[in-house]
Amino acid sequence: MKINSQRVRNYLSLAFSYLFLLLIIFIVFVPVLWIFSASLNPGSNLYSSSVSLLPRNYTFDHYKELFTETRFASWYVNSIKVGTGSSLLSIFLVTLTSYAFSRLRFTGRKYGLMVMLILQMFPATMNMVAIYLLLNLAGLLDSHLGLILIYAGGSIPYNTWLMKGYLDTIPRSMEEAAIIDGASQWTILWKIILPLCVPIISVLAIFSFVGPFTDFLMARIVLTTPSKYTLAVGLRDFIADQFSKNFTMFAAGAILAALPITVLYLALQGMLISGLTKGSAKQ
Amino acid sequence: MRLKKKTRLLLSRRYIVALLSLFCMGTGQLFNGQIIKGFLFLLFNFAVMNSIAFIRGNIYGLITLGETAMEDHSLFLLIYGVLTVFLLLIITDIYIFNIRDAYKNGLLRDQGKEPPGFKESLKNIKDTGFSYLVLSPGLTAILCFTVLPLIYSILIAFTNYDLYHLPPANLIDWVGFKNFREIFSISSWRTTFIRVGSWTVIWAVFSTLTTYGLGCLLAVILNNPRLKFRKIIRTLLILPWAIPAFVSILIWSGALNTNFGIVNQLLGKMFNIQPVHWLTQTALTRLAVILVNLWVGYPHAMIMITGILQGIPADIYEAAIVDGVSPWQKFRYITLPLLWFSMAPLMIMSFAYNFNNFTLIYLLNSGRPFEFGQQGGAGGTDILISWIFKLTTEKNKYNYASAISLIIFFILAGFSIYNFYRSSSFQEEEMLQ
Repeated sequence: MKINSQRVRNYLSLAFSYLFLLLIIFIVFVPVLWIFSASLNPGSNLYSSSVSLLPRNYTFDHYKELFTETRFASWYVNSIKVGTGSSLLSIFLVTLTSYAFSRLRFTGRKYGLMVMLILQMFPATMNMVAIYLLLNLAGLLDSHLGLILIYAGGSIPYNTWLMKGYLDTIPRSMEEAAIIDGASQWTILWKIILPLCVPIISVLAIFSFVGPFTDFLMARIVLTTPSKYTLAVGLRDFIADQFSKNFTMFAAGAILAALPITVLYLALQGMLISGLTKGSAKQ
Repeated sequence: MRLKKKTRLLLSRRYIVALLSLFCMGTGQLFNGQIIKGFLFLLFNFAVMNSIAFIRGNIYGLITLGETAMEDHSLFLLIYGVLTVFLLLIITDIYIFNIRDAYKNGLLRDQGKEPPGFKESLKNIKDTGFSYLVLSPGLTAILCFTVLPLIYSILIAFTNYDLYHLPPANLIDWVGFKNFREIFSISSWRTTFIRVGSWTVIWAVFSTLTTYGLGCLLAVILNNPRLKFRKIIRTLLILPWAIPAFVSILIWSGALNTNFGIVNQLLGKMFNIQPVHWLTQTALTRLAVILVNLWVGYPHAMIMITGILQGIPADIYEAAIVDGVSPWQKFRYITLPLLWFSMAPLMIMSFAYNFNNFTLIYLLNSGRPFEFGQQGGAGGTDILISWIFKLTTEKNKYNYASAISLIIFFILAGFSIYNFYRSSSFQEEEMLQ
């Protein structure tokens, strides 16, 4: 009798689990399906034909209009450019810095780590006034280079912590053997440490590509010429003024902007998630 | 006799060379017989001497921030001044190093030893300097793109840089703590600051609690081995994490539109609810931003908590199963305390992140709905950081914007330092191992 009631309880809790999960998945998919259906909806505004969750009639016109009537293609290229540049620069700087903090002993090490942890909490957002003025002084306002430098520079403190956490878990026995064999410190860094770091470097490369690719605020402040906009700034301007008028075109743009990154994240979720959790567990 | 010994000691080489280097860099090294090093220091000495006028001019500029409008550009003077202070710090460092170096090698001479030659010194630098060499690119970048802007905005908080003082037409002046005083003493500013500030705290607390609450619940449910299709369900559930946040937030701002948004459509069809004004009434919009943030943010919390759950060793539960405790008791008395231990620092980080979550607030509804009588264009859902954005871009109130940034800095630095000590003490305790 007792075993039986236990079993019923288990089934009930399992059933509730499924129901709850189903509800959450439904809520997750509502905006996704809706925007997809809006992007295929004939007509440009949403007042005339109310868009439902699943498309009734469909057309690919809005996708075509994006490329013929707007600067969408160049925004896309700009975002890729800024993302790639920031990612490469960030990886270079973070690898060196985290190697030093993990493996080398120097005065000010602990103090430096502490400062990085504090700096990491302050996004460039907070210094927008100063960054605007400094870029203006350096003649880098309204340029992708200025944006890349800010993104890469700002990403160092956090990513250094992440990668240092990973480096700390790599045993030192191989380096010690290499030192006995007379390898220089550069050789150790390039030939031993870097190959072992490929997993975390790929994770960081993706994150520091996606961050700038999707950032709104800094791009908004730095870039003033519409042809230099990145996707986030461009898409927002689409719907900022006359929201409903351009909505279907915005929907098509949103799908195209999100698709590559979403697919990438879902395909590499195992790798990205282990990078996230490993890094934070060490903090 | 003793006096003689003392003077001999004072006249010993190490003191003489230190004194020489104190008056002119490099002379001590030359006296020690380190010719190349000595000349390099000497050269540096003359370079510094030659630029004294330049340094003095920049420091003067930093103090006055310019004297004639149109001729002096206060903002540039400010930056040159800050950079010059950096430069002075470096020069002081090298100067002190020069004296200590002379003293050290003088000591070697006094003991009858030969100081190292130039090649050896270089090799020394290569060994001990390797750390700094590796660090230098990263540190330079941090210095230029994080520390310098930080110092710059701290300084602006103490000036009168606003709409009425725009260089080069006008000069900027130092005003001390006036901006801080005004934010707290002018009643309209104080009201707005308290209103926006308290909403920022409420927002950060609730957005952290909701995302971690739902994330925790889902992670625990998915951790049940009897659940089928766990992998597919997890993939479906992390979809909001995979979609770039700016895209989902913009989509949500459409979905919450009163007339054509899908939310009101569904609520109308399924529950026959009249269209809700999600984005035009302050209380409702505040609810909406928290709910949208929940949609965007719970997968991240779920991912982190799943990571922690998988790290809890299974044998901890075995004793409990033998004792015949219920699943709820198992969760309440074993899982939750262990989870809480690793989750607290993550939640503090999440709190700090949401405190400055400009993207969500601004892209969803630009901080609106409009609120009557608020300073600086602060709307009903504006948090401090989006208010700063408006003060900067719409109102040109750079001085107040920087002052408020500084206030946020102090609040968050407190959390950050607390978190650091907490997690480092956690590492020492190693509760889970």
